[in-house]
Amino acid sequence: MTTTTREPAIRVRAVTKSYQDLHVLRGVDFDVAPGSIFALLGSNGAGKTTLVRILSTLLRANTGTATVHGFDVASAPGDVRRSISLTGQFAAVDEVLTGRENLVLVAKLRHLRNPGAVADDMLARFSLTDAGNRRAGTYSGGMRRRLDIAMSLVGNPPVVFLDEPTTGLDPQARIEVWQTVKRLAKDGTTILLTTQYLDEAEQLADRIAILHQGVIIQNGTLAELKQLLPSAEVEYVAKQPTLEDVFLALVGDTADGAAMPAGGESR
Amino acid sequence: MTAHVLSDTGTLTGRSLRHILRSPDTIITTAITPVALMLLFVYVLGGAINTGSDESYINYMLPGILLITIASGIAYTAYRLFLDMKGGIFERFQSMPIARPAVLWAHVLTALVANLASIVIVTGVALIMGFRTGASVTDWFAAAGILILFTLALTWVAVIAGLSAKTVDGASAFSYPLIFLPFISSAFVPTDSMPGPVAWFAENQPVTSIVNTLRALFAQQPVGHDIWIALAWCAGLLVAAYAAATAIYRKKIS
Ligand SMILES: Nc1ncnc2c1ncn2[C@@H]1O[C@H](COP(=O)(O)OP(=O)(O)O)[C@@H](O)[C@H]1O
Ligand SMILES: [Mg+2]
Repeated sequence: MTTTTREPAIRVRAVTKSYQDLHVLRGVDFDVAPGSIFALLGSNGAGKTTLVRILSTLLRANTGTATVHGFDVASAPGDVRRSISLTGQFAAVDEVLTGRENLVLVAKLRHLRNPGAVADDMLARFSLTDAGNRRAGTYSGGMRRRLDIAMSLVGNPPVVFLDEPTTGLDPQARIEVWQTVKRLAKDGTTILLTTQYLDEAEQLADRIAILHQGVIIQNGTLAELKQLLPSAEVEYVAKQPTLEDVFLALVGDTADGAAMPAGGESR
Repeated sequence: MTAHVLSDTGTLTGRSLRHILRSPDTIITTAITPVALMLLFVYVLGGAINTGSDESYINYMLPGILLITIASGIAYTAYRLFLDMKGGIFERFQSMPIARPAVLWAHVLTALVANLASIVIVTGVALIMGFRTGASVTDWFAAAGILILFTLALTWVAVIAGLSAKTVDGASAFSYPLIFLPFISSAFVPTDSMPGPVAWFAENQPVTSIVNTLRALFAQQPVGHDIWIALAWCAGLLVAAYAAATAIYRKKIS
């Protein structure tokens, strides 16, 4: 699945971003191979949303470059938008419209040929057919998230950003989202997802990058990350280390991944 | 991308018109205050007001009431825009390949439709209460044109408020002074009945020239140069508010 010969679907180089004197991103580098699932792992406030907003053209980086699907986010934002979809951290559905109307709206805005048919297809794919004519405002959290993701996938964009897609969902809804993500990747879509949950990254991702204090401190496959644990600790754990063990060993016991104010000392 | 400005604006306008159709109370609420004011002025206060003309009082005050209707209606534009930005749907739109101006224009066109609906309701009530006019079709078109221009100008002011507000209340608070403005104009009493400085303000603020123009059109009298002052105010406000709103918008989305 990881084709190293092809252009990366997402390429991030030395990206920095500060809000006033809060240096959220301090030089982020990574590549995402086409058709793979890439998990960006970081604690609350680490800057995951900031990075996703930069990649989806909602925010400009201070310095550094990023390309998505071969297009530069700063100089060709229109081409980037045609190639991506964003599912934000908070479900962005129109609560006054029905589920079906939400999907038709997005299909029309993507200038697709047959918006009604596209919407019905999506409703079926996401088990929302029965609820399709109800206002989205009446949906449960899980249904709302499914609709949100369905809206993102209208038009089959080749690159998909999912910002904490399962935060706040119950376990059942969480598994449904995971299945959706796996199916998407199987069909060749490139997925960058952010998460605070180590098991989620462990379950889904081909590669995992840990964003901590403004930089990527590790980037590798699950197996590679597990090897990073000092062997003594592996013995002590006495079973296969979980990603959680690796994460805590790497970021230290405070696990405080929040961005630091200017001039702040690292630990 | 610009090729899609019209179709994207159409799609998004359809969306916000649906919002209005599903909560028609916003149109009713917009119409209630002006109708209450009409009842108050015509049946309670009007008898004591000397307008210095032989027009019925309802004929005299309707233009001002219509402006109050618009001023209270546009608060909903700021409100709806604010909710879009808060709710994340705004960012969804921004991350999609849609024409950027379409998002704002959809709200503006929706405001126009909603305000015209409220104006029709208020005018209907005024007719029941005895408003009469011999205005020709041309006069009606001229009156409608001025009301539409005034609505557009205030709607772009509302867009500024909706884009820059920090709270829901902040998003609509800007409209209160606008609703109040007609009271210090020729809308309800002649300006020469006011003390010097107040009269000066009343005569030189936009509402008076617009009210005088509408009144003259309804009464089939010559509009004089009031119409040019009214048009200049509306056009000037429209251009200034549009420029400010798009500048804020561009800053917001870049
Ligand atoms: N618009 C903003 N202005 C100022 N600070 C912000 C803004 N957006 C985010 N931040 C701050 O940047 C840091 C990273 O935020 P975010 O990217 O949302 O983190 P994450 O998504 O990993 O939780 C946080 O400390 C947050 O408070
Ligand atoms: Mg976040």
